[in-house]
Amino acid sequence: MGNAEHVERAAQTIKARLPDAVVDDYTMKSGWRTLVVRKERLLDVLKLAKDELEFLAIYDITAADFLEHEPYFHVIYVLHSPTRLAKLVIKVKLEREQPVLPSATAIWPGANWFERELYDLFGIKFEGHPNLKRILMPDEWIGHPLRKDYPLTEEPVEFKGHVPKRLPSEVIPKQYE
Amino acid sequence: MADERTSAEQQRLAARRATTGREELDLQRVSVEPETGVETLVLNMGPQHPSTHGVLRLVIEVDGEVIRRCEPVIGYLHTGIEKTCEHRTYHQVVPLIDRQDYLSPLNEEMGYVLAVERLLGVEPPKRAQYIRVLMAELSRIASHLVWLGTGALEVNVSAVFMYCFETRERILDLFERVSGARMFPRYFCVGGVMRDLPRGFLDEVLKFLEFFRRIHKDLHGIVTRNPIWVARNEGVAVITKEQCFAYGVTGPILRATGVEYDVRRAFPYSSYEEFDFEVPTQTAGDSYARYLVRMAEMEQSARIVEQAVEKLRGADGPVMVDDPRLRKPHPHKGFFVPPGEAYVTVESPRGEKGYYVVSDGSNKPLRVRMRSPSFAHIQILPLLVEGGYIADAIIAIGSVDPVLGDVDR
Repeated sequence: MGNAEHVERAAQTIKARLPDAVVDDYTMKSGWRTLVVRKERLLDVLKLAKDELEFLAIYDITAADFLEHEPYFHVIYVLHSPTRLAKLVIKVKLEREQPVLPSATAIWPGANWFERELYDLFGIKFEGHPNLKRILMPDEWIGHPLRKDYPLTEEPVEFKGHVPKRLPSEVIPKQYE
Repeated sequence: MADERTSAEQQRLAARRATTGREELDLQRVSVEPETGVETLVLNMGPQHPSTHGVLRLVIEVDGEVIRRCEPVIGYLHTGIEKTCEHRTYHQVVPLIDRQDYLSPLNEEMGYVLAVERLLGVEPPKRAQYIRVLMAELSRIASHLVWLGTGALEVNVSAVFMYCFETRERILDLFERVSGARMFPRYFCVGGVMRDLPRGFLDEVLKFLEFFRRIHKDLHGIVTRNPIWVARNEGVAVITKEQCFAYGVTGPILRATGVEYDVRRAFPYSSYEEFDFEVPTQTAGDSYARYLVRMAEMEQSARIVEQAVEKLRGADGPVMVDDPRLRKPHPHKGFFVPPGEAYVTVESPRGEKGYYVVSDGSNKPLRVRMRSPSFAHIQILPLLVEGGYIADAIIAIGSVDPVLGDVDR
């Protein structure tokens, strides 16, 4: 996808310059190169990518809760290089017990709201964030809705003269092949 | 209880002051600067305000008519779509996707189905890909027409509104012909599209294009050199490309600063590489430049639609992959997706829309993340409006073209 040469060069540079930072390196099924880094070196990797490897823009910071499989959040940073037309994903695995990450707002001011969203929906704290408060949920809300242990609240959909016994999410239960 | 809340609030404000050197905006506050005697007032704008395109709230500090500081407050339309997606099977998610960016649902569906297709490793047949391009571009025209109509209404160029909505209504009629629904078509599905185009549809599309081109010319005549429109838009809400990169701004706003970046061109999907189109850019970075970019984009979309019609006439065949699991998902199971993750971005009318879908091998996604361009764009509103007049804030919001369903999800 995009400029594969530049992505390859960037990945090699990051590995060479910060040998203890990268713990895994793979390509997503959508063709995007992903570097899994240790959270202690996260800011170093992001700074290197921005200052020397031309990944000037941050397009997304998001997370997924892997509670059913391992007690970790997977947080990803999607970097974009407008000059080279390349995309690079930096991933951090974060323990669910103490989810704290350093804030990237000093590198990209645009990280501000993405981090606030993660704080709001996953309860991940960002150290050094200038204004870490809820953004989508009301300020006095308790809990972090996108965590897997936060229940989905729902009610049966009522049709005329018929209330189904099952909740909408139970009509087709989650199952493995 | 109330006292506790207040003191906690005060502590938070004090902590914020200490870290940022910036005081948080506090409603009901009038303050006077002792040296200059300038009096500032904190005002609340929205969430119920016709110019906010939904339920956006801005807390602004004004010095007379000039905005000193602005803080957008969002979340009034948060419906938890991402959470709901985790409790639905892959094919049940599509109608939910429609409901976030309700002005261009087909571009949204495109991103989601592409992400799931990457996870499954299937590629829809060519005819389905062309149909998707055709529908997505019509959707883009419809969305830009709403932006122009409402934007013009805000500066009192009111004739434009009816032109735009009449034209958009014709596009929605086309959607209805194809899918049975005007606003939320749910037409794309994993592996292709729900059904083939109805008979005579391509001729109707061409007829519409003829009509659209006439209207587009009229709109240029009414708006482009209209003295009110130019005076209100030129030099207002300026942003530079460096700021765009730092804040993750994409789409027409980025292109209006001189950057020729379009996902359809840079990372082609759904056979966009076979289409001949230009990526219009401007360099001024102001509201007027964004207007010109979007107007030119509509023209390019019409060109793509025309080419798609040509290609569809020559591409007969199925519109779904030949896979019984996807063709008719099991009523009690849906279909299973192998474990993995896919991040796909598409060019929505507002900018780069990203879908991050994670599968753990079951019939329901572990995570569906929608990276919405509007969310990133609302974040730059303070940059656009601070230092300008209150009246220009309306223009700034209009030129950013946010869809609040997309911002709050």
